[in-house]
Amino acid sequence: MNEPRTHSPRLSRRGVLGAAAIAASVSSAAVVAGCSGGGASGGAKSGGTLRAAFAGGGADEVLDPHRVNLFADAARAKAMYDKLADLGSDMAAVPRLAESWESDADLTVWTVKLREAAFHDGAPVRAADVLYSYQRIADPEETFRAKQDLAPIDLEASKAIDDRTIEFVLQHPLAEFPNSLAGFGTYIVPEGADDFASPIGSGPFTYVSFTPGSEFTAARFDDYWDGPAKLDRLQIVVADEESARINALLGGQVEYAHDLSATTARANEGNDAVAMVSSPGSNMLGFAMKTDRAPFDDTRARRAMFLLCDRPELVESVLSGRGQIGNDLFGLGFEHYASAIPQRERDVATAKTLLAEAGIQEITLDTADVGSGFLEAAQIFAEQVREAGIIVHINERNADTYWSEVLTEGQIASYRSGAMPIASHISQRLLTDSPTNLTQWHMADFDEAYLRLQSTADDAEREVLYQDIQQRLHDEGGYLIWGFADWIVGTLPGVHGVEQAPANTLEWARFDKVWMD
Amino acid sequence: MLAYAARRAGLGALQVLAVAVLAFALVELLPGDAAVALAGDQPDPAVIERIRKQMRLDEPALTRLGDWLGGLLTGDFGASLVSGRPVADILTAALEPTLILAGLTMILLLPLSIGLGVAAARHRGRWPDRLITTFSVGLYSVPEFALAVLLVSVFAIGLAWLPPTAVGVPSLLAEPAVLVLPLLVLLARPICSIARLVRAGMIETLDSEYIAHIRRAGVSERRVVFAHALPNAVSPATAQIARTADWLLGGVIVVESVFVIPGLGTALVDAVNARDLPVVQGIAVVFGATTVIVNLAADLVAFRLAPRLEVAR
Repeated sequence: MNEPRTHSPRLSRRGVLGAAAIAASVSSAAVVAGCSGGGASGGAKSGGTLRAAFAGGGADEVLDPHRVNLFADAARAKAMYDKLADLGSDMAAVPRLAESWESDADLTVWTVKLREAAFHDGAPVRAADVLYSYQRIADPEETFRAKQDLAPIDLEASKAIDDRTIEFVLQHPLAEFPNSLAGFGTYIVPEGADDFASPIGSGPFTYVSFTPGSEFTAARFDDYWDGPAKLDRLQIVVADEESARINALLGGQVEYAHDLSATTARANEGNDAVAMVSSPGSNMLGFAMKTDRAPFDDTRARRAMFLLCDRPELVESVLSGRGQIGNDLFGLGFEHYASAIPQRERDVATAKTLLAEAGIQEITLDTADVGSGFLEAAQIFAEQVREAGIIVHINERNADTYWSEVLTEGQIASYRSGAMPIASHISQRLLTDSPTNLTQWHMADFDEAYLRLQSTADDAEREVLYQDIQQRLHDEGGYLIWGFADWIVGTLPGVHGVEQAPANTLEWARFDKVWMD
Repeated sequence: MLAYAARRAGLGALQVLAVAVLAFALVELLPGDAAVALAGDQPDPAVIERIRKQMRLDEPALTRLGDWLGGLLTGDFGASLVSGRPVADILTAALEPTLILAGLTMILLLPLSIGLGVAAARHRGRWPDRLITTFSVGLYSVPEFALAVLLVSVFAIGLAWLPPTAVGVPSLLAEPAVLVLPLLVLLARPICSIARLVRAGMIETLDSEYIAHIRRAGVSERRVVFAHALPNAVSPATAQIARTADWLLGGVIVVESVFVIPGLGTALVDAVNARDLPVVQGIAVVFGATTVIVNLAADLVAFRLAPRLEVAR
């Protein structure tokens, strides 16, 4: 383990060029200091300011926690606010401001009890605050992203039973309702809050200062319900370029650098000056086929694409090996994931037969530079498909409008997704009225199967339905999912308590549990 | 000269307006609008429609352009579509780092480049000239991003002498150490090009008939070079100096993104990516105005340095 070090961190980071003698003397001094400084306790230390570098949104950044969009927004909101629940690393909902939840027999009325918690101004967190926050998000005139997660709630009919008990009435049965309480941006603000110039939340840090596109500073909230943070202060700074984030980390300007590339991680593998924390399974990568039009309205064409994809090659070359291969199913490693379905292997001969039967000679693959490795993955996959004698046209679209275009246009498109519960993936993308149904998967019987799943209270029965739904998607769905990229953050060696966690889950960017030597 | 300046300023105002309208048209021509850009990878059509309404993007483009121009006449730059912040605030915040970088670069650039050019010309053909010429041709061929990456890896990461970026720094002047590497990158190419122009101008002037005449009159060599030859030699370089100042005031995006300096270049890239038209137009006005002012100033300076040139025009 790492003994607490007392020397200046700038010296310890030096030993990159030459300076071997200095480095040696410094590290021996550190050992001595560590021994005399009560190193046996080994516990978490309090104090210090952690500076964390994130990509940001420039001058348009805001602190309204319901308007979160980027990772930097989410990290700031998380420092100052809480949700009723959050997602664990396996995407199961974990109670936060909610102490407990239970439903009635038909899963349409949920009673949520709040824990004893206080806002930064000392006021208690009450049921009224929760209802106000949700009403603000659900305002039909507004465009908050979390609105979708809260859509199942009938807020008119929901009410506060007492200050710490809320009865949520739902529009339809929803076995996974706690996922909604953990939805992205469903933060609890004090009743009436509408101006976020100096925000007040119930989170582990209190607001100190904010300059859009540059920096955000917050200080420890001593009365935090989950125990006070170890750090005195947290500073979130904005560096849009990945190279700038790793340089700032290597140069000791920040202690934490978010979202580093696999290439950077590989280049710094043997470098003691930084530590890399990779979280497996965070970012799903694949291709979305439109199931409502030629050529991919033919199940054989979709199956041929599944069989032509050389997944290990894609993971090795696009992700520098820092990832896992996919099995055309969303949510590897998450709760309810159908891990029993055998891994799909490449089979060019069968694919050729299927394509010949379906009479397909050429396809057009849409892609854009909207994420690292997107273009490379499209090129490599196109080559793999060409091995079956198919002509593949690559259509590179404008990055700023790519997602909106490929929602309705094209045949097959490069696709990625962050982590979310499998149920959310289905409800947002695979139902007839889903808002972002990129594969245009309109199947009435599939909608019914999902509704049945959400109406099933028994866990074991529901699990069976989860497996059935995933088997169907694996056999004939529109998402070809070739891999899952690790999520990589870098820290200085003296930073502890940074957990492996997919982005936007509870343990991700959880700076109240981080401490420094 | 005053009438000339006034005429140029009036023409400049028209040019600025034309630039702003052109910027509006170009961003309108880009695929997608601010609502689509904001929705990103959650392109729920219902949400996009609602955002569009909120941003008043459902109104005709000409109406929006007209409103903006009307506001501009009263000094109102409008508000950002995305955050609702006044464009004037966004411009002020982005101008500060850009002005600091541009100002300091120019302060260092002029004496250094002119000094090197004069030194090379006075030692024409001998080793100082050959050294300066070789070095400036070599350095000129290195692009900014390559030089920036090289300097960061050697002086910031390797030797740890200087901070690699300006991340989280509230004001550049508060921590001058963060300015060193960006200034070196910004100076590199302009020093080379201006020094070479000054050298050429100086050689030509020193060979000229009137300098020979002044020398025959017994004036000291120092006075010949600095009082008589230099003003004539520098005047061909003023156009290049103006171009450099203009380039710097536009916010050099490569330097801004490598060193994390939130200046005008970054603001423009962010605004175009977000299709945030009022901000794009505000920045276009600033760019147009600086270009007009810098070129006007350069012409006036050139006129002062060598009145013959203006007459000849």
